[in-house]
Amino acid sequence: MTITIRSVEKKFGRYPALNKVDLEIADGELLALLGPSGSGKTTLLRTIAGLEFPDAGQVLFDGEDVTFASAAARRVGFVFQQYALFKHMTVAKNIAFGLDVRKGKDKPSKAEIAQRVEDLLKLVELDGLGKRYPSQLSGGQRQRVALSRALAVQPSVLLLDEPFGALDATVRKSLRRELRRVHDATGVTTIFVTHDQEEALELADRVAILNKGEIEQIGTPDQVHDQPETAFVCGFVGEANCFEGQVSGGRFSAGALGLPASGVREGSATAYVRPHDFVLDDGGFEVRVDRAHVQGALTTVNATAADGRHIEISASRAEAAHFQGTVKIAARKAHVYAA
Amino acid sequence: MWRARTLDDDQTMTADTAVRRSSAPPPKGKRPLFRRRSAIPGFGLTMGVTLTVLSLIVLIPLSAVVLKAAHQSPADFWAVATSQRSMAAYRLTFGAAFVAAVINGVFGVLTAWALVRYDFPGKTVVNALVDLPFALPTAVAGIALATLYAPTGWVGQFLTPLGIKAAYNPVGVTIALIFIGLPFVVRTIEPVLRDAAEDVEEAAASLGANRVDTILRIVLPALAPAWLTGFAMAFARGVGEYGSVIFIAGNMPYKSEIAPLLIIIQLEQFEYARAATIAVVMLAVSFTMLLVINAIQAWARRFD
Amino acid sequence: MAAVQNSMKGRRRAVDDPLWAKVLIVGVVMAFLALVLILPLAAVFVEALRKGLGPALEAVNNPDALAAVKLTLITAAISVPFNAVFGLCAAWAIAKYEFPGKALLITLIDLPFSVSPVVAGLIYVLIFGLQGWFGEYLVDNDIKVIFAVPGIVLATVFVTFPFVARELIPLMQEQGTSEEEAAVSMGASGLYTFWRVTAPNVRWGLMYGVLLCNARAMGEFGAVSVVSGHIRGLTNTMPLHVEILYNEYDFVGAFAVAALLCLLAVVTLVLKTALEVGQPGMRGRGGH
Repeated sequence: MTITIRSVEKKFGRYPALNKVDLEIADGELLALLGPSGSGKTTLLRTIAGLEFPDAGQVLFDGEDVTFASAAARRVGFVFQQYALFKHMTVAKNIAFGLDVRKGKDKPSKAEIAQRVEDLLKLVELDGLGKRYPSQLSGGQRQRVALSRALAVQPSVLLLDEPFGALDATVRKSLRRELRRVHDATGVTTIFVTHDQEEALELADRVAILNKGEIEQIGTPDQVHDQPETAFVCGFVGEANCFEGQVSGGRFSAGALGLPASGVREGSATAYVRPHDFVLDDGGFEVRVDRAHVQGALTTVNATAADGRHIEISASRAEAAHFQGTVKIAARKAHVYAA
Repeated sequence: MWRARTLDDDQTMTADTAVRRSSAPPPKGKRPLFRRRSAIPGFGLTMGVTLTVLSLIVLIPLSAVVLKAAHQSPADFWAVATSQRSMAAYRLTFGAAFVAAVINGVFGVLTAWALVRYDFPGKTVVNALVDLPFALPTAVAGIALATLYAPTGWVGQFLTPLGIKAAYNPVGVTIALIFIGLPFVVRTIEPVLRDAAEDVEEAAASLGANRVDTILRIVLPALAPAWLTGFAMAFARGVGEYGSVIFIAGNMPYKSEIAPLLIIIQLEQFEYARAATIAVVMLAVSFTMLLVINAIQAWARRFD
Repeated sequence: MAAVQNSMKGRRRAVDDPLWAKVLIVGVVMAFLALVLILPLAAVFVEALRKGLGPALEAVNNPDALAAVKLTLITAAISVPFNAVFGLCAAWAIAKYEFPGKALLITLIDLPFSVSPVVAGLIYVLIFGLQGWFGEYLVDNDIKVIFAVPGIVLATVFVTFPFVARELIPLMQEQGTSEEEAAVSMGASGLYTFWRVTAPNVRWGLMYGVLLCNARAMGEFGAVSVVSGHIRGLTNTMPLHVEILYNEYDFVGAFAVAALLCLLAVVTLVLKTALEVGQPGMRGRGGH
C-alpha cells in the first residue's frame, strides 16, 4: 500500500511539531524516520497511524483520504515504544486481540485465530510461549510479541515507534535483523522511527531525516550518508569534522584548511569532512597527532590543528602507522554548506 | 603537602568512620537490637516511642476485649455470638454494608473516571466534595440523613406515596452506609487510573477495537484489583459504622438493629462479657477484611 | 488551542470517549453526588435556620453548647499533637531504617482504622471502667477516666491514631534516606538532621495528616459516646450534644450545632484542596 503525506502540519499548543511535511512511501518499502528528539518523527508516525490528527494537510492510503479516519478504521499495525502489551492477557491472547474484537462476519473462527497465532509465534521465533504472561518475558521477547500482535490483523502498513530503544545493545542488533527478515517475509509497507542513525542506515530501504518538524532529506542510506544535502544531515548522519569558515571565489577556507567550494554562496559557511576523508598530503595543513586507538579494522587518530582545533581522522591500520608526531593532511572530499 | 588538621578533618573522619562503623561490629556497650544499615541516629528513640505508644494505646487495650470475651466458657461465648438477636444484627450490618459497597463500587468507578479523564465545570468542587464523608462528623451526617429520608423529609415525602420506606429500617441503614463509603472506591481507583499508561488503549484502538471493547477488555480488568480493594475498604468501614447509622436505623431488636448498637446495649446493662463477645466477632471480621485486602493486592501484583 | 479543537471537530483521539458518553457519565456522577452528599449538607443548614437566624444562634450560644465546643476543642488540642508526634516517630523509624517485621508494624499502626468506633470505646471501658482492670484503683483514688474527659481524650486518640502516620510513612519512604545520610556524614546530630533536613521535606504531608486527624478528632461520635457519661455541660463533645438535642426533638438546636460542625468540615475540605493544589503530588495516599 502506498502512503502519501501532503503538506501536513501539527501544533501542540504553540509548539510546531510538524511543519508542512511532504512524503511519498512506496508499497512494500521499509522506511526509517530518523532525527533527534523533538524533530517530529513520532508525531508524523502517529499521524499516519491515526493516533493524532493534523491541523492541516492530508494523509492518503493508496490515494484514498484517511486524514481523519480513526486508528481502528485504518488497519494499521502499531508497535509502541514500551510495547503496550496487555499485562493481564497471555501472549497468545495478546496476539489474537485484533482478531478477537472483530464482530460478526469479519471475525475469523476460533480455529483460524489459533492457527494465525501459531504461525506468528513461529515467525518471530517465540513458539511454545503462547501461554506465558508478558511479565514472564524478557524485553526482546516482549518486543516480538508486540510485533506479531500488530501483524496479526494483516495491516496494510506496519508502524514502529523506537522499537528497540528500551533494549540493550546485543538484543537490539539481533532484533534489527529480525525486523528486516519479518519485513521481507511479509512484504508489508513498514515505517519505523528511530534516533539511532546506525539502525536507520542498516535496516531501511530509504531514510527520511527530520529536524524541527521538517524533512531535511530523503534517500537511500548511501545517499544520505555520502551526499548529505544540508548541514544538519551531514552532521547528524555519520561522523564529521566541522569547520567554520568563509567562502569566497569558489573556495572555502578556515585557517590553514582550504577546500574547493563551487556553487556555494559567498560568505560564512561550514565545511564537514568525514574522518576517513582525510589523507596524508604534503600540500595540506599541519596537525599534531595526539593519540591513536584501534577501532575494529580501522584506527582512529586524534589530532590537533595549528589553531587548536581538534580533528578526528579514521584510517586503515596500515596508514595509521604513518600518523606520528606532526603530519600534513588534506581532505579528499568535503561537504560545504552556506550558513 | 602537609597541612594542619582542621575541624573539617575531624568531621570528615567522623563521617567516614560513622559510615564504616554501621556495618562493622557495634561500638562497645550497646548492641542494637536490629542490625541497621543506615548511619542515621535515632533508631532506638523513635522505635522505642513507636512501639511503646502503639502497645499502650492500641495493642493492650485491644487485647482487653479479647481477654474479656475469653473469660467466659466457649459455650457461653458461642451462645451470645450466635444468638438470634446477634445474627439478626450481623445480617443487617453485613448485608447493608455489602449492598452499600456495591452501589459505591458502581458510582465510584464512574466518579473516578470522570475526575481523572474529563474536564468539566465544577471539577475542583466535585473533587473536594468526594472527601466530605471523611471530613464531616458522623453524627451530623446521621441526623441529616434521618431528617431527609424520614417519611415527612425532603426525600422521604416523595417516597411515601410510592410505598417506599427509607428510614428506620435496613434501607435507611444502607443509605447511610452509601454516604460513609463513597470516598473509598473513588480514592482507591483514582491513582491507578491516573498512572495507567494510555498506550495500551491506543494499542487496542490500533488493533481495531472500538471504545467500548477497549474499556471492557483492557481498562476495567486493569482496574479490578484497585476496585476490589476499594470495595473491601468501603465494606469494612460500613460494618463498623455507628454515628451516621444510629439515627436512621430503626434500632428495633431483630429487625433494624446494627451490631455496634448491640454492643452499646450490652454495655449499658453492664453485660461486659457479652459486649466483648460481639466486639470480638466484629474484630474478627475486620481482621479478615484486612487479610482479604492484602491478598487482593498481592494477587494484583502477579502481572507486574 | 482553539484552532486545534476546531479542526478536530468530531474527531476524537483513540483514548477519548465520545461526547455523549462524557455528558452522560458526568451527569450521572453529579446527580449521584448531589443526592448523596450535597443534599444532607444543605439539609443541615436549612433545618438549623428553619426558625430564623436568632434561635439558631441561641442554640449555639448557651452554656451547654459552649461547654461542648470547649470540650471538643480540648480533646482535639490534646489528641492531634499527640498523634502527630507519634506519626513522626513512627514514620521516621519505618522510613529511615531496615528491620524485620516492618509490614506487620505498619498493619498494626493501621489497626484503629479498621476497628469500629464503638469497639474503640468499649476497650477503654474495659480497662478504666468500674469493673475494668484499673477500676478499683481509680475509684479508691477518686480518679475519673471513663465518663469523664480523660476517657474521651483516650478514645479519640485511639480512633485518630493512624491518621498522621498514614500520611507520613509513604511520604518519608518515598523521600528515602540520602538527604539525612548526607547530613549525618557532615556531622549533624539526629535531632538537628530531623529538624533541618527531614521536617521541611514533610511539612506539607504533616499538615495534610494533621488536618484529617483534626477533622476526625473533632467529629468522632461512636467511640466517645461509649466512654462519655453524656453529662450535659460536662462530658459532652459537640457531636454528643447534637445527639442529645436531636433525641429531645430540639431539631433547631441540634442542627444549629451540627451546622457549626459542617462549617468545620467545609473549612477542612477547602484547606485540603488548597494543599493539594499548591503541592502537586500531595494526594492522600491509598485512600483513607
